[in-house]
Amino acid sequence: MDVRKTYKLFVNGEFVRSESGRAYRPDGMVNVPRGSRKDLRDAVRAARTAFPGWAGRTAMNRGQILYRAAEMLDGRAAQFVELLGGGVRARRELERSVETLVWYAGWTDKLPQVTGTVNPVAGPYFNFTIPEPTGVVAIVAPEGDALSGLVRRLAPVLCGGNVVVALAGESQPLAALTLAEVLATSDLPAGVVNIISGQRKELLPWLSSHMDINAIDTAGCTTDEIKAIEESAAGNVKRVIKLTKDEMSPYLISAFMEMKTVWHPIGV
Amino acid sequence: MAITKKQSAELARQAFEYAPAPEAIDHVKIQPRHGLFIGGRMVEAHSKKHFPTINPATEKTLSQVVDADEVDVDRAVKAAGKAFDSWARLSPSRRSRYLFRISRLLQERSRELAVVETMDGGKPIKESRDVDIPLSAAHFFYYAGWADKLEWAFPNRKPRPLGVAGQVIPWNFPLLMLSWKIAPALAAGNTVVLKPAETTPLSAMLFAEICMQAELPPGVVNIVTGAGKTGSLLVSHPGVKKVAFTGSTEVGKLIQRAIAGSGKRLTLELGGKAANIVFEDAPLDQAVEGIVNGIYFNQGHVCCAGSRLLVQESIAEPLLEKLKRRLSTLRLGDPLDKNTDIGAINSRAQLEKIQGLVESGVDEGAELYQPECVLPERGFWFPPTLFTNVSQSYRIAREEIFGPVLSVLTFRTPNEAVEKANNTPYGLSAGVWTDKGSRILWMAERMRAGVVWANTFNRFDPTSPFGGYKESGFGREGGVHGLLPYVDLN
Repeated sequence: MDVRKTYKLFVNGEFVRSESGRAYRPDGMVNVPRGSRKDLRDAVRAARTAFPGWAGRTAMNRGQILYRAAEMLDGRAAQFVELLGGGVRARRELERSVETLVWYAGWTDKLPQVTGTVNPVAGPYFNFTIPEPTGVVAIVAPEGDALSGLVRRLAPVLCGGNVVVALAGESQPLAALTLAEVLATSDLPAGVVNIISGQRKELLPWLSSHMDINAIDTAGCTTDEIKAIEESAAGNVKRVIKLTKDEMSPYLISAFMEMKTVWHPIGV
Repeated sequence: MAITKKQSAELARQAFEYAPAPEAIDHVKIQPRHGLFIGGRMVEAHSKKHFPTINPATEKTLSQVVDADEVDVDRAVKAAGKAFDSWARLSPSRRSRYLFRISRLLQERSRELAVVETMDGGKPIKESRDVDIPLSAAHFFYYAGWADKLEWAFPNRKPRPLGVAGQVIPWNFPLLMLSWKIAPALAAGNTVVLKPAETTPLSAMLFAEICMQAELPPGVVNIVTGAGKTGSLLVSHPGVKKVAFTGSTEVGKLIQRAIAGSGKRLTLELGGKAANIVFEDAPLDQAVEGIVNGIYFNQGHVCCAGSRLLVQESIAEPLLEKLKRRLSTLRLGDPLDKNTDIGAINSRAQLEKIQGLVESGVDEGAELYQPECVLPERGFWFPPTLFTNVSQSYRIAREEIFGPVLSVLTFRTPNEAVEKANNTPYGLSAGVWTDKGSRILWMAERMRAGVVWANTFNRFDPTSPFGGYKESGFGREGGVHGLLPYVDLN
């Protein structure tokens, strides 16, 4: 007889039940926590606290941690392939997820070199522009591709030094919740990634109106949901990222970055 | 030892007596009544409504401009839509040449533009002459060069224009904000409909003339005047594919909400409450100049103004003494006078807003300092003002005043300075004054703001990206980053 796993939310580096005590059964069998508004708020607070530390890591260190996540994911390949339904398609999805983490691991220390500039201003000043993470990013994971769907959105956001509150796909959250186990063993500091499962309809309004979330990735949202998100995102001028093109790209990293420009006089 | 108001006024009288030096205005002809610039020419508006634009220094009417209605906005957007295909397809080097032409024309007509800018908006002529107009021309010159080099700006992409851009700009730097909006949009192959601010439409109308002089193809630039309603009609128009707004955070949020779900691209450059931080090892005299430039430049009508001065406790007293002495030498008065430092407040409404916030500062317990300063009888004026004994919770420390009002707070450690500087929903700019290089970079890293000025303040350049973090908006203007909001990379 197998020892079954209790699926839990991932908040502040810990595996917790929903404070609401609620659960739902997306596949009719397994109980999954149905996260609440309070769970989201706890996650945002954990993320905000983790932000300076993660953003302050050296680019190389962030790259190593993302690469470590790829190692951990690959090490659990069999488990994930089974979770994703087995077969060629599941294996491909796993490989694609590992590939994504590896690719972005290599971007952490290159993005500032590609998107940063030294600006030749007309005066005796040294002037440069560098990308900095925007802060707490909410990710609404796509419903399809239970694992790679989330990884493809998560990796670029983390790569730039942002912290994340992710909403797992409602219909198949198991892979996303299991991904938390990978992240928890990748030297990712507590709170940098938080993963909540639950009902999108219930949670989206709280996510999009939260005053301490800086940006929201609407990858998994319908057109109507995006409209509602954009309306309430205006409350604190959130960046609403709608890039849906499914490719790995530094432009996707940049969508979650702020450009900072620094001036200093030149003189003796 | 602090000097008294009387002593400082005496000092000013003795040392800084200047004869009037007004800029000549005989070379400037302002038409008594304006139409709208649509489809390459000045047209009569469908809306029969006009409203006066006044000189805030004299309250005299300069001209009548149109309060454009729905039909006018629709006509302008359609004219821009009609022009889009051929403008986008025009050979990039030709697009480039039109922008170079505009830049040159701005330079050629710079004196006229400076005078109109000062008369319509109230800013000192030395600022419109030395800052607004040259930077506007430089901005067009910079983006002119990008128009035929876009592929080099975006590695691995073929950038394409978006369509018609609807652009709404504020009254603090009318021609400069117009240039920040129009130059990158046109360089990337878009066409535009621009709405200048209600109180400062005249330099935009001169710009319309310049477009005609440059023989810019009809409809590439359209200018509609009006108030908030006209702006709202413009950004909501279904023919507009890209919205760019510079103005208050309050209106920015309304726009973000209004165009939700429309698929329009949006950039916002909104308010600020910048901290200007002075450490004990800073060169104090330079810092004082930077503080003055940071908050009293353009009467403090600057979104990135250094409106919160954070001084290290150990030097607060000597710094404030120097600062107060410097304030007493600022000359307030006729904006057209070449020696004027502080011009007129842009409008009665803005003056009332400033007065209200200053009253709240006094009521909440801050200590007010204003140098002795005679205000002209007509027009809208506010003396340079400084508050000490300010707590972070006071409205004058939290809200954007957009006037010549500085709130002074103190700190002991660098960490405390960072904490206080970032304790605001805004994140547009910040200033740091210290002689220690490592500390400059340490501070610059921690300021959550889009522009950090170290040992300087309020510097601008077309190659230098500008824009905010947090509720100060998103997107950048200036530099290669300023092209991104106007291109489709998919």
